Amino acid sequence: MKVLVPVKRVLDYNVKPRVKADGTGVDLANVKMSMNPFDEIAVEEAIRLKEKGVATEIVVVSIGEQKAQETLRTALAMGADRAILIVSEDKVEPLGVAKLLAKVAEAEQPGLVILGKQAIDDDNNQTGQMLGALLGWGQGTFASKVEVAGDSVDVTREVDGGLETVKLKTPAIVTTDLRLNEPRYASLPNIMKAKSKPLEQKTPADYGVDVTPRLTTVKVEEPAKRQAGVKVADVDELVGKLKTLGVVA
Amino acid sequence: MSVLVWVEHDNASVKDATLAAVTAAGKLGEVVALVAGQGAQGAADAAAKIAGVSKVLLADDAAYGHALAENVAPLIAELMSGYDAFVAPATTTGKNIAPRVAALLDVMQVSEVLSVESADTFTRPIYAGNAIATVKSSDAKKVLTIRGTAFDKAAAEGGSASVETISGKGDTGLSSFVGAEIAKSERPELTSAKIIVSGGRALGSGEQFHALIDPLADKLGAAVGASRAAVDAGYAPNDYQVGQTGKIVAPEVYIAVGISGAIQHLAGMKDSKVIIAINKDEDAPIFQVADVGLVGDLFKIVPELTEKL
Ligand SMILES: Cc1cc2nc3c(=O)[nH]c(=O)nc-3n(C[C@H](O)[C@H](O)[C@H](O)COP(=O)(O)OP(=O)(O)OC[C@H]3O[C@@H](n4cnc5c(N)ncnc54)[C@H](O)[C@@H]3O)c2cc1C
Repeated sequence: MKVLVPVKRVLDYNVKPRVKADGTGVDLANVKMSMNPFDEIAVEEAIRLKEKGVATEIVVVSIGEQKAQETLRTALAMGADRAILIVSEDKVEPLGVAKLLAKVAEAEQPGLVILGKQAIDDDNNQTGQMLGALLGWGQGTFASKVEVAGDSVDVTREVDGGLETVKLKTPAIVTTDLRLNEPRYASLPNIMKAKSKPLEQKTPADYGVDVTPRLTTVKVEEPAKRQAGVKVADVDELVGKLKTLGVVA
Repeated sequence: MSVLVWVEHDNASVKDATLAAVTAAGKLGEVVALVAGQGAQGAADAAAKIAGVSKVLLADDAAYGHALAENVAPLIAELMSGYDAFVAPATTTGKNIAPRVAALLDVMQVSEVLSVESADTFTRPIYAGNAIATVKSSDAKKVLTIRGTAFDKAAAEGGSASVETISGKGDTGLSSFVGAEIAKSERPELTSAKIIVSGGRALGSGEQFHALIDPLADKLGAAVGASRAAVDAGYAPNDYQVGQTGKIVAPEVYIAVGISGAIQHLAGMKDSKVIIAINKDEDAPIFQVADVGLVGDLFKIVPELTEKL
């Protein structure tokens, strides 16, 4: 079974985002960019499925600017087999991304598409579910465990009340949560090897998909800042504070 | 404008998250509530009492019993021919279903709406809440998920809507429910608690987490939360996680114990009314958002605090 893993290049999770002074967005000039952490987990899960003999080939795909090649190379260095970059210098919304991925899935015929549950830049948490709808496939979102058996997959999901397990007919969609696995680091020899793995370039037009945004960003602002508080010296003073705040009688 | 609201429920009663979604939907137009479930008459009757709900649609079918997105999204998409907007709370259920509905309608969803500025313009957090975007939708129909902490809860009593039974196509055969491990707790639910005590990696083990955090929470009648590090280490279950990718909370009082205050954690709790931090590192970022901070060893402070309360 082939596994398709979409990956996104985003602001590194360790970098504090700064809103641009002109209010048009977050400043991405000269800051560290990395693979979306949830996508790393998705790549790792695909590799583990391949190591178990469940997956036969891992295809990674990114929709974004030319620099997303780096992100794809990272996935190839981790262990993916080949990559597709659908180049768009303009931002593509989850709906457009899902439409492009649906076309890729139709061409590649994967048994599973494993995506991150959300990208940590726009925090949308939409693409996997949208792709499920467009393909008419089942979706196991927020996965903490994935078990493929025959022509179905059991997905344990992190839900508000705890954990829930669903059985999906394959082909199916899985979106990853944090505790699905711990992604490996690519070794130096694998980083070298990844340079010669195939990376195909496409455009949205190649797939005949209109990715015109449906949302316009009117402005981007900093959230209200909290007032700096006070430090108390000991527990008695803390209890006193809790009393003035009315937390305890 | 007419708005269809997803009612989050357990078939017998309505979950609190629905109430904030009703308030948000009411800013757009007339609110019709959809209860999709199995044996869900109780939930439908409860939804009919929510102030501001003009009608309840009840789709009662085994296929809708566990809110499987594969089955409920087509039901909603079909109903949407009669509505201008679909609104769901941004719970794990709402987040699972709404984008599937949006794609079926060829609509770009607006996630985690913080405010309704007009019929087509909304604010929402991006970058773990480090920026707030105002977005305008050009889609004819809107699909929105609502951040519960950003809207007042509609009154759970006072309404008297009629309940209309409807049916959909039922089971798509794409997915089935296998089982669930849902934690039962005597404590208040995290997202609706007035006070939360959260523990971090510093607790060091599950035993110490429960030995220190639980008694303090119980003294205060508080819910218990945790950082990702504490959950990853197995000190607390996954449904305790507060943060960018866990639960978003805004209680009256949030007490962070041995939590450093990474941006991903702050994203989930920085709208709390009062934040209290206990941390041995006086430079921990949590103190930058804390109203009251106490620098010191939690293993001494927490038992003493629990005793003195
Ligand atoms: C994609 C992604 C998503 C994430 N989502 C979330 C999320 O939703 N929620 C979340 O919480 N995190 C999330 N994180 C993780 C986040 O970046 C931090 O790693 C995490 O919040 C750290 O948890 P912590 O504060 O418990 O641990 P640490 O950062 O290790 O902090 C422990 C703190 O305890 C203090 N301490 C140690 N010993 C004592 C003592 N004896 N007494 C008092 N204080 C003591 C230390 O000074 C330190 O400040 C996410 C990360 C990524 C990459």
